Amino acid sequence: MFALRYTSILILIAAAALGFFIYKTTQPQYQAAQGRFAFKLGLDLSGGTELVYNADVTKVPAANVNDSLTALQTVIERRVNAFGVSEPQVQLEQGGALGNGVHRLIIDLPGVTDVNQAIKSIGETPTLEFKLVKQGFEASTTNADGTANLNAFADTGLTGEYLSSASLQFGNGSGALSSAPVVEVNFNTAGARMFADITKKNVGKQLGIFLDGQLISAPTIQQEIDGGTAIISGNFTADTAKALATNLNLGALPVPITLESTDSIGPTLGAQALAAGINAGLIGLIILSIFMILWYRVPGIVAVVSLFIYSIMMLSLFKLIPVVLTSAGLAGFILSIGLAVDANILIAERVKEELSDGKPPEEAIREGFKRAWSAIRDSNIAHIIAAVILFWLGTSIIKGFALVFGLGVIVSLFSAITISRTFLLALGIKGTGKISHFLLRSGLRK
Amino acid sequence: MEISKNLKYFFILPAVLSVLSLTAIGLWGLKPGIDLSGGTLMQVTYQGVPPTAAQVQGVLSPISVGEARVQPTGTQGYSIRTRSLSDTEHQEVGQALATLGNVHEDEFASVGPTIGSELLHKGLIALGLVIVCMILFIAFAFRAVSKPVASWKYGVVAIITLAHDVLIPTGLFAFLGYYNGAEVDSLFIVGLLTILGISINDTIVVFDRIRENLAHNEAAHRHEDFSVVVGRSIMQTLARSINTSLTVIIVLAALWLSGPVATKDFALTLIVGMIAGTYSSIFLATPLLVAWERWQKKA
Repeated sequence: MFALRYTSILILIAAAALGFFIYKTTQPQYQAAQGRFAFKLGLDLSGGTELVYNADVTKVPAANVNDSLTALQTVIERRVNAFGVSEPQVQLEQGGALGNGVHRLIIDLPGVTDVNQAIKSIGETPTLEFKLVKQGFEASTTNADGTANLNAFADTGLTGEYLSSASLQFGNGSGALSSAPVVEVNFNTAGARMFADITKKNVGKQLGIFLDGQLISAPTIQQEIDGGTAIISGNFTADTAKALATNLNLGALPVPITLESTDSIGPTLGAQALAAGINAGLIGLIILSIFMILWYRVPGIVAVVSLFIYSIMMLSLFKLIPVVLTSAGLAGFILSIGLAVDANILIAERVKEELSDGKPPEEAIREGFKRAWSAIRDSNIAHIIAAVILFWLGTSIIKGFALVFGLGVIVSLFSAITISRTFLLALGIKGTGKISHFLLRSGLRK
Repeated sequence: MEISKNLKYFFILPAVLSVLSLTAIGLWGLKPGIDLSGGTLMQVTYQGVPPTAAQVQGVLSPISVGEARVQPTGTQGYSIRTRSLSDTEHQEVGQALATLGNVHEDEFASVGPTIGSELLHKGLIALGLVIVCMILFIAFAFRAVSKPVASWKYGVVAIITLAHDVLIPTGLFAFLGYYNGAEVDSLFIVGLLTILGISINDTIVVFDRIRENLAHNEAAHRHEDFSVVVGRSIMQTLARSINTSLTVIIVLAALWLSGPVATKDFALTLIVGMIAGTYSSIFLATPLLVAWERWQKKA
């Protein structure tokens, strides 16, 4: 008995400490300063924009797909960071029902609610391509409206992928080009070899240089160039040439991206959703507590205490892991509160049955827990199976729900079995008199 | 509980509700949300006196955004659904809406059609996977029970019950879709999957009691009709079944009535599924076991 009471007090002290930790780290100033243990709110609660891009990897050799995607991620991260958003996130995901479909880039921009601005800040990856003018098309490389006639060009396979660096230079050519700004492109080893090969075989032909599908210039190949350096000249000013060089350096990637979906939620709507979620959770918890105490008396009070400890443990876990909270996640948490009670009800009902069999209270409590355990165990395993499948197959909304729900089931197993049992036994209700029976029973009859 | 005499009557309620749900689904179908079908959803709020829905529709019709569905949300706002919009089209819509007053865009969501169909696919695969895992798990959990009904039959009965529990909220949504335009979105799928978990939970608790009572009888060398064992098990777990559902429904009702707008339909799905799950574990799952056992005897 002493050990049980001692443990109970320890549990209460630990719960109080955790509660204090939550209180301290949920103060507005701490939350605003984005401290390490502040609640991490998803975009739907804090406001912000999520952009989903499809990455087109069809032109990338299969072996290089992962590398080029990681590189793409790095570049986009750099751009997003330069935009000055707090805690932006750039994630890679593979679509398709079994994760074998298109590659996607998911960009979360908290606080950004202007979709157009966000899209602009990410920009499109500049693609650099070198294309040879086909025989017979020399005179018709451009259409009447000045755009490139794509039929006139043949792919060479040489793209920005083989770029090692780009820089602004001032031309050292002759005549009008003598000091015009140009962009010097340096290829990597493989690119230099390809470039040498192309220029060697096609002396006298025009080589079109395309940026984002637009023809920038189409110089005629004078001789084999084996140094791995090409000059892009066009109507550049020093500034535009510098910008292009920067973009090429940042976006020297063969992975074009297209915007697939956007989701933007204003901060007021997010705050409303958060307030409503917390409100609903509290109302639910309070009504639940009243019901449990009125119906189940002492086991009900114990259940409510362990339910509050359960909630404190969950909130602490949200802060410590940390779990990004979304509307769906909050719903999962509120649902898990309801389910956490289930174990307590099973136990209380079972204890009552054992009492009816004429067992003394302490034995009835121990036996009740033991008997209820198999049902609690099996039903919780069923929940965990469902949560794992949801987490595994779900998209971000569903994952958020599944994570909180699964976590809740595991924590509630502990809180219902260990905490409730310790408390109930520690209370030390003895005797088979009317009072102790009344305290442990439930409902209206008997 | 007199299961043996009243067996037939137990199936009436589940059967009627299932037929009603199937009719609703067949008649009205389910309306997919933009996250499943692709499209654009805008949520805007007007300051001061808001324009009427017809006015909003009016300024949108000259822009070629296809059919726009305008629905009032709250007293000041509208939600506007169109096909998937490009960047420039989005700006055009914004400008058109601004001609009617001081407007603020609270939410803008645009989903490409491929992501949508993919989500649906994933949802269906998850559903199938959960069902298979549950049959396997129940067959495993009840492996020690083989008389008078084999353990895999508990699994099959649990799945029939599951199908019923999922069918009822789906039918309700077909009706709500027809009645007030409720849409089936990815959260709805989450709701269904959660109901699967809860339904299994309820069924397991009753089955667990049957398992225990059977073991008890065996230990005491007592012979009892299966239907009597089942009836006693139901009565013993009745209080728990109802009270648990009640507690979960209490928190879900709070979520439904005062929770975020985004999860209102989700909460309603769960409430209906929860109620269906509770009565089906009592009036469908266990009577089915008894019926199966009888049919076995006759054969």
